[in-house]
Amino acid sequence: MNDMRLVERDVSNRQAKIEARGVQVHYGEKHALKDVDVAILDRTVTAFIGPSGCGKSTFLRCLNRMNDTVASAKVAGRITLDGQDIYDPRIDPVQLRAKVGMVFQKPNPFPKSIYENVAYGPKIHGLARSKAELDEIVETSLKKAALWNEVKDRLAAPGTGLSGGQQQRLCIARAVATAPEVLLMDEPCSALDPIATAQVEELIDELRSQFSVVIVTHSMQQAARVSQKTAFFHLGSLVEYGETGQIFTTPQDPRTEAYITGRIG
Amino acid sequence: MSVFLILTVLGVLALAGFVLARQRAMALAGGDARRLHSRPNYYGWHGSIMAAVPAMLFLAVWQIVQPMVIESRLSGMFPPEMVQDDSARTLLFADVRRIAAGLESAIASGAMSADEASALDAGAVRDRLAATGVALGADVQPETLAAAQEYRGLATVGGLWRTVLVLALAVAGLAYAIKLTGPEFRARNRVEGVVLALLMLASTIAILTTVGIVLSMLSESIRFFGMYPIQDFFFGLTWSPAFQGNSQLGLLPLLWGTLYITLISMLVAVPVGLFAAIYLAEFADARVRAVVKPLIEVIAGIPTVVFGLFALVTVGPLVRDWIAMPTGLGNSGSSVVTAGIVIGILNIPFISSLSDDIITAVPQSLRDGSLGLGATKAETVTQVVLPAALPGIVGAVLMATSRAIGETMIVTMGAGAAAQLNLNPFEAMTTITVKIVSQLTGDTEFNSPETLVAFALGISLFVITLCLNVFALWIVRKYREQYE
Repeated sequence: MNDMRLVERDVSNRQAKIEARGVQVHYGEKHALKDVDVAILDRTVTAFIGPSGCGKSTFLRCLNRMNDTVASAKVAGRITLDGQDIYDPRIDPVQLRAKVGMVFQKPNPFPKSIYENVAYGPKIHGLARSKAELDEIVETSLKKAALWNEVKDRLAAPGTGLSGGQQQRLCIARAVATAPEVLLMDEPCSALDPIATAQVEELIDELRSQFSVVIVTHSMQQAARVSQKTAFFHLGSLVEYGETGQIFTTPQDPRTEAYITGRIG
Repeated sequence: MSVFLILTVLGVLALAGFVLARQRAMALAGGDARRLHSRPNYYGWHGSIMAAVPAMLFLAVWQIVQPMVIESRLSGMFPPEMVQDDSARTLLFADVRRIAAGLESAIASGAMSADEASALDAGAVRDRLAATGVALGADVQPETLAAAQEYRGLATVGGLWRTVLVLALAVAGLAYAIKLTGPEFRARNRVEGVVLALLMLASTIAILTTVGIVLSMLSESIRFFGMYPIQDFFFGLTWSPAFQGNSQLGLLPLLWGTLYITLISMLVAVPVGLFAAIYLAEFADARVRAVVKPLIEVIAGIPTVVFGLFALVTVGPLVRDWIAMPTGLGNSGSSVVTAGIVIGILNIPFISSLSDDIITAVPQSLRDGSLGLGATKAETVTQVVLPAALPGIVGAVLMATSRAIGETMIVTMGAGAAAQLNLNPFEAMTTITVKIVSQLTGDTEFNSPETLVAFALGISLFVITLCLNVFALWIVRKYREQYE
């Protein structure tokens, strides 16, 4: 990838996968997210940028209802996935999360073997009918995550024994194995060295062909490198949302310009 | 000077050492603490330590050595046949010390002058001492009295030397510390060395004590096996100690009772404790947890005797009337099931509280990872959280098992004292610990196999729990799933 081609990078897909309208989040007394409207496109990498505490991770966690596990969080507004309201009482968050996978900031492999880590999702969702099919899923997922060549001889070794970058790619393979439609990534490279970061970024670009990827990042270079669309959050509000090239070259809002030129943040 | 007084003086010297050394350090640094190698208080502590510690060590050694030296000098005063046997010798010297102490206290209270005490004759000692409140068991032999007089003399001289030497050592240490003190002197490193030694001592005390316990039990057990055939003890199927001798002291019925009761108690404690822990750690909200967890832990504070009463008056009759009698399995109020249930209840808070801590310690990121893949809460708990917590939970269960094996009071009151090999859990049975108590508290003399068997039982119990712990470590190593 070459970020010099930033401006020419076009969005190939116009179809919205997730649409959010008037989303508000409160953590107890704190108003963490104010009135966010956004449409996330299918088969596109969308980056959320903004200073710490701006609400970007909070919004990401709304998209697969991970905020449900936080007792004090209250979510209002409407978020739809393929037109279906995900906060509808008839929707089971468990089923939703099978469609909207998540990769976390810190690599969190389960204390199991590499194979079991990847096979975990397919097993609980019954995606494989036989052992051979499961092996197949594990292999393709690890290949997609660019980890297969490094671990194919030691699939029975514990996932926690891998290096940090390998662990994060294992977590991506684990999320990919569940065959999600959307992949949420919460600062997936913040614990990685530059080489591992480059590998993960390359991977994200490849994943775009199959999923819609939403990535939260602190690194504006990363957002510029991997995404087609960028949303800038500040103090709980969505300030600006548009094509990455436009956000980084001709931002409309003075706050966006101040942030990307390093004056706030 | 008495030991207490010497210690007081040492305390004062240590205080003086602190103040003097600190002052000298500050004075040499011109009042500027930054020019010292160590902080000023370290110089003070160094002064205290040098004044008190060598003197105290010397005092401790003196206290141990002095009676040994005196006794070896006094044993020459007795005819050889009186001091040949070890126990007779111990008794004799106990007498000597008691007479000497009696004379001392008689003089101290003014009932006798020092001259009178020295000139006392053997026939009158007992009456004279009885008049001053010191009771002697038997008439005093002339040799004993002479030895006691000699003992007094030696002890007085020894005490004097002790005082002089200890105080001299303390003052010398203090002076040396003050001489060393200066801005370049590395007081902190020395003080830290002493603290390190103290920490190491603390960590070895438990180990050394265990070694001591094992050795003492081993020596008594070896005496037991000298009197009773070892194969009859380990493979004997009957336990029937008789006070006239000719006892059958087979371990197996007791071992069976112990393991049976432990098994039943674990069948009660592990599921209940573990489910309670899972509920508290994963499902209960904070307010429920804040109330329920301390309430469960209250059980751990109830003395086991009270649990024994509960077994005796409540659980025992309930089990007998509602289960054992209707099914025709037994009619005894004391049974393995009764003791097992009550010990199980006793162990619930152990397992639940420890497991709860362990489950709570599993990183939230693992739960998020699992939930983020669309796993349900139940799948997350059983497939991610519990495997991650397993080594700790096994540890908690084994701790509880060791407690169940060692439990005595509940078994005495709940399962009875009848040693038998029986599969029926509604029969009375008994355990190793109960029999250790009853053999040691009996009226038999100490040297009989009926009493010494307690030590063999004790060491068997020790070996069982040791094996259990080794097994636990092995399990934990094998199945450890490390996180972070």
